[in-house]
Amino acid sequence: MARVVLVTGVSRYLGARVANALQADPQIDRVIGMDSSPPQQPLGRTEFVKAELHDGSVDTVVRDSGADTVLHLSLVATPSAAGGRAEMKENNVLGTMQLLAACQRSSTVRRLVVRSTAAVYGSSSRDPALYTEDLEARDTPRSGYAKDAVEVERYVRGLARRRPDLSISVLRFANFMGPSVDSPLTRYFGLKLVPTVLGYDPRMQFIHEDDGVEVIRRMALNERDGVFNVAAPGAMPLSQCLRRAGRPEMPVPARGLKVLGGLARKGHLDYSPEQLRLLCYGRVLDASKLERALDWEPSYTSQEAFDSYVATNGGEPAGFIGQVWPRRQLREVP
Amino acid sequence: MALLFTNEGKALTTPGDDATDPTTAEPGLAPVVPLVSAVERAEPLNAFLEFCERRLTGAYAVDDFGYDEDLTEQVLLPLIRVWYENWFRIEVRGLDNVPDAGRALVVSNHSGVVPFDALMLQVALRDHHPAERRFRMLVADVVFDIPVLSHLARKAGHTLATPEDAERLLGQDELVGVFPEGYKGLGKPFSERYRLQRFGRGGFVSTAVRTRSPIIPCSVVGAEEIYPKIGDLTALARLLKLPYFPVTLTFPLLGPLGLIPLPTKWIIEFGEPMGTEKYAPEAADDPGVIFEVGDQVHDTIQQTLNRLVIERGDPF
Repeated sequence: MARVVLVTGVSRYLGARVANALQADPQIDRVIGMDSSPPQQPLGRTEFVKAELHDGSVDTVVRDSGADTVLHLSLVATPSAAGGRAEMKENNVLGTMQLLAACQRSSTVRRLVVRSTAAVYGSSSRDPALYTEDLEARDTPRSGYAKDAVEVERYVRGLARRRPDLSISVLRFANFMGPSVDSPLTRYFGLKLVPTVLGYDPRMQFIHEDDGVEVIRRMALNERDGVFNVAAPGAMPLSQCLRRAGRPEMPVPARGLKVLGGLARKGHLDYSPEQLRLLCYGRVLDASKLERALDWEPSYTSQEAFDSYVATNGGEPAGFIGQVWPRRQLREVP
Repeated sequence: MALLFTNEGKALTTPGDDATDPTTAEPGLAPVVPLVSAVERAEPLNAFLEFCERRLTGAYAVDDFGYDEDLTEQVLLPLIRVWYENWFRIEVRGLDNVPDAGRALVVSNHSGVVPFDALMLQVALRDHHPAERRFRMLVADVVFDIPVLSHLARKAGHTLATPEDAERLLGQDELVGVFPEGYKGLGKPFSERYRLQRFGRGGFVSTAVRTRSPIIPCSVVGAEEIYPKIGDLTALARLLKLPYFPVTLTFPLLGPLGLIPLPTKWIIEFGEPMGTEKYAPEAADDPGVIFEVGDQVHDTIQQTLNRLVIERGDPF
């Protein structure tokens, strides 16, 4: 049986890795990558389509390619990666709506995997120690990436109601961590002096980039319906992360961090309100449902994932609070 | 750093060390009293330096709930132990009612304005139970809003009082502690001492039934008098978002000095476990069962308290 896989967000790190993993599989006839900007690395036999998700051309792409599996990986986490908050929302929410509409109309699509984020659980002092998929956020995200993800998930549930014959998975990823990850969080850990919230030591949890790619690959090939937490076993207090990374911490009152956040935004380091809440209360997921469904376990624990990030990025600290990354080439990943 | 120290210590214990062993001393000669070797003397310092090294390099493990065993054992427990041994001179009874292994839910009275009783229970079970059981308590949500306290509570092994967390801990065969009186008990006025308050909605019973955990009633005598609360500044409490703002004989009159608890004599008694196996897991939502078991636990603790207060006599 011919299998055609459509991957959105293929020009960014995660999409490219997944496309590369899938094209190595002889069971898959065609891998089609879609993004609004050209790929930054060679995609091999993956066919590239340059198209915006939110302008309606995705419908043609889905129909013409005859894709049976759609991997929606193009959520953008930070305004700076999308060129502004409005563009970010357009890509995340409107783009997803267009893609879901295309899937609904399609007669070939049978399987849809949507990348979401653990940020949908929010972060608050009332949180249970571990979030399972059926628990509601105690403090629903009201802005930014997390709110986009909540809305994306709502539209996906709507599609599942209208097309019960589709097999749909939603993957809520913990923060990606590893040698190649460049995210607001890894940039935060790269600071010379890392500001933390005075009096708080949140529990952090990660997923190694290789494990994240493997989960999406397996999800593309196996029809496992539902919402799944994707996270490495174990949690680490932020203070422990910083000591393992050998970074000095600078405790700042929460208000002060907001001000720093404002300054930092100019330097491509995003401290969104959600990020600040995460730095106060942390968040840990229970990923046992995923491990049971795929009969698979992540090969890195949170601590091992973090150590692998430190091993490659542990040398020179990147810079002070905000004036960090513009010089380095930004590769916006998960 | 620590390694260097051991080497130094060894270097100081020269060949003469062997001769100090009484078994090798010749018969007829008085046995040589061994001196404390430099190595032994360096032991506590070594351990401390190793601890510092672990903390500075992040070489320790924390469980999913945030329990930091290294920090708890090396820093937090020793700090609480001073109060336990020297200030409140606590006597523990009925420790054989606490299983050596496996899940159980310890239900205790709660009092004293500041939850010293919870900390003392942790030391009692860790230091005096033969299996050195660690005690994971379910803590009120207000604590997790308070900076510093929130993460110290987690690092000491405790978590937010929610059914999800309680069931997860019991599912991992931990010994879990709960104070169903909550703030009604902790912040009650001095005149109400040893009068057990109402047990909320009895969520602890549902949790015990659902996870098939025995309930161990626990009575703490002595904590009720550490801060004799004679008033409550409710307006200030609302302002600070605290459940109450206590006025005691010495606080806020004497300022920080008034924060020192009175050195009362304590008795902690663990009662006989009450099995929950006779109830089907479906009974966890049955209000009849919840109130029946809850009342039974309530009565047991109240009666034990009455008995222990008389047995103790003088509060100091």
